[in-house]
Amino acid sequence: MTAEAISTPYTEASERLNRPLLRPSKVLMWSVLMVGGLLMVLPFIFMLSTSFKFNNEIYELSLLPKEPTLSNYLFLFEETQFFRWFVNSLLIATATTVSVLFFDSLVGYTLAKFKFRGQTFIFIAILSTLMIPTEMLVIPWFLLSKDLGWLDSYWGIMFPGMMTGFGTFLMKQFFESVPDDFLDAARIDGLNEFQIWWEVAMPLVKPALAALAIFVFLGNWTAFLWPLIVTNTESLYTIPVGFASFSGEFTTDWELIMTGATVATIPTLVIFILFQKFIIRGVMLTGLKG
Amino acid sequence: MSLQSSRTPFDAAANRAVSAELKGLTVGQKKAIWAWVFLALPIVFYVVIRFYPTVSAFAISFTDWNILGEKSFVGIENYSRLVQDRVFWKVLINTLLYGVIGLPVSLVLSFVIAYYLDQVRFMHGFIRALYFVPFLTTAAAMGWVWRWFYQPSPVGVFNLILVDFGFSQQPFLRSTTQALPAVLAPAVWAGLGFQVVIFLAGLRAIPSTYYEAAKIDGAGAWRILREITLPLLKPTTVFLVVISTIGFLRIFDQVFNITNQGDGGPLNATKPIVLYIFETAFDSSDMGYATAQTVILFLLLLVITLLQLWYLRKK
Repeated sequence: MTAEAISTPYTEASERLNRPLLRPSKVLMWSVLMVGGLLMVLPFIFMLSTSFKFNNEIYELSLLPKEPTLSNYLFLFEETQFFRWFVNSLLIATATTVSVLFFDSLVGYTLAKFKFRGQTFIFIAILSTLMIPTEMLVIPWFLLSKDLGWLDSYWGIMFPGMMTGFGTFLMKQFFESVPDDFLDAARIDGLNEFQIWWEVAMPLVKPALAALAIFVFLGNWTAFLWPLIVTNTESLYTIPVGFASFSGEFTTDWELIMTGATVATIPTLVIFILFQKFIIRGVMLTGLKG
Repeated sequence: MSLQSSRTPFDAAANRAVSAELKGLTVGQKKAIWAWVFLALPIVFYVVIRFYPTVSAFAISFTDWNILGEKSFVGIENYSRLVQDRVFWKVLINTLLYGVIGLPVSLVLSFVIAYYLDQVRFMHGFIRALYFVPFLTTAAAMGWVWRWFYQPSPVGVFNLILVDFGFSQQPFLRSTTQALPAVLAPAVWAGLGFQVVIFLAGLRAIPSTYYEAAKIDGAGAWRILREITLPLLKPTTVFLVVISTIGFLRIFDQVFNITNQGDGGPLNATKPIVLYIFETAFDSSDMGYATAQTVILFLLLLVITLLQLWYLRKK
């Protein structure tokens, strides 16, 4: 550091010419970051390794089970409704994601590419919903669901998330960068406005759609408070709710709880490994927009 | 539908003929009609699922209602009850503590990590992924993993390690003073990667010419950090401060899953406002009182958002 402070452009240049490949300070920095990163994922490693252990081995800190077993997984899938919860979550998260992608991009496109009276009002109204915390809405949602018979149903779990202000805002930003010439050319070709949106504009914002899809899916996969409130029948639980109720029952069988936690977490990890670049770029993108 | 058919020249011509039949309408008017067609269903959704519930939350907060019976209007009674409710004050202080402790700890940690990670090339993406992964996990599941870590020896990992190194066991979740930080830790852990990635993006956005100029002027690393990096990073920092504060004030999943029976104990030591709302509404069926609490939460979050807007406007 101090060396840099007194370095002139000249020494800087000569330094670059015969810079050692590994400077000790850099190596130290790298190592600290690496160790920190490994500590960050240590909870997963413990979770994963314990899920393959027998009950009598869980008090040992060893990361590799002495006698690896699948019995915890078998118990989970045969004796509990974990598989059902997994499927529930998969269906709900998928359906919600499809809905959000369709409607958020439709509304975002309309706000970005059409001129009509009341446009600004609609945009601000949708944007203002971002200021309302879910926690304030869950009680009215619950009462609404009770009156309409939506409690304890897939639809009841899904309906609050079918459209999002955040996604609309995001898609509007992206559609604004689509050149009007493209759309006008399609208009001259005789496509109607729906076709122009679906066939011309949508393919141009695929990266944004993909990023939004991943976030909405993950958000619904991990959602806890509302599914906890709206479901009462065990067979309709989503995986976080089912897992929490299961863990509350087997509260000291840590190997079973870790197995449940693994089952709940694995899909998100798989998605992350598959789409890592996309997800990180998506976070950066949305973060910088804010 | 007709999506495919219009691709042929003949259908395109037919389409145009139909459009021509909407006679007297300018292109602009036709587009406006399309716009309202597109917006029809979303408008219904936002009115019924967002705005009506918001208004209704305010309205219910002025009533006494146990769901089964009739609503009765009680004015501001629920709010005056809040002022006198010692549990509510405890819960409010806990909520603020989550924010006041969580924010600086997570922000300083994530900035330091991002600042150095930004200078690392070798395995940069891999290390970044290690920090980011906890952000994507299910908080409920991770709550139980951490709950296990906090158990007394010989079960809990933390106490096993402490004992191995010759320290005394810590009560963690069983202590009224240690429980709140213990519950907060997984929330900080889970959010850290997000903050790191946002900081990295912010650091990347600073033009390198600033750094080159500073170096030519002979500025040291510390001065560059203080006079270039931090000031130029301010919008990123403000964004993270707001997002993270709101996140910590809304903490629920972790507390519900880590604490015994999800009761925010011991003795309400870890109970945040959202858990109190949940209990008031769905254990005690005291809807009026619960919605009054949600209004307080809403106002709390609103103040933070408005502070951000005010700050950004100022620039």
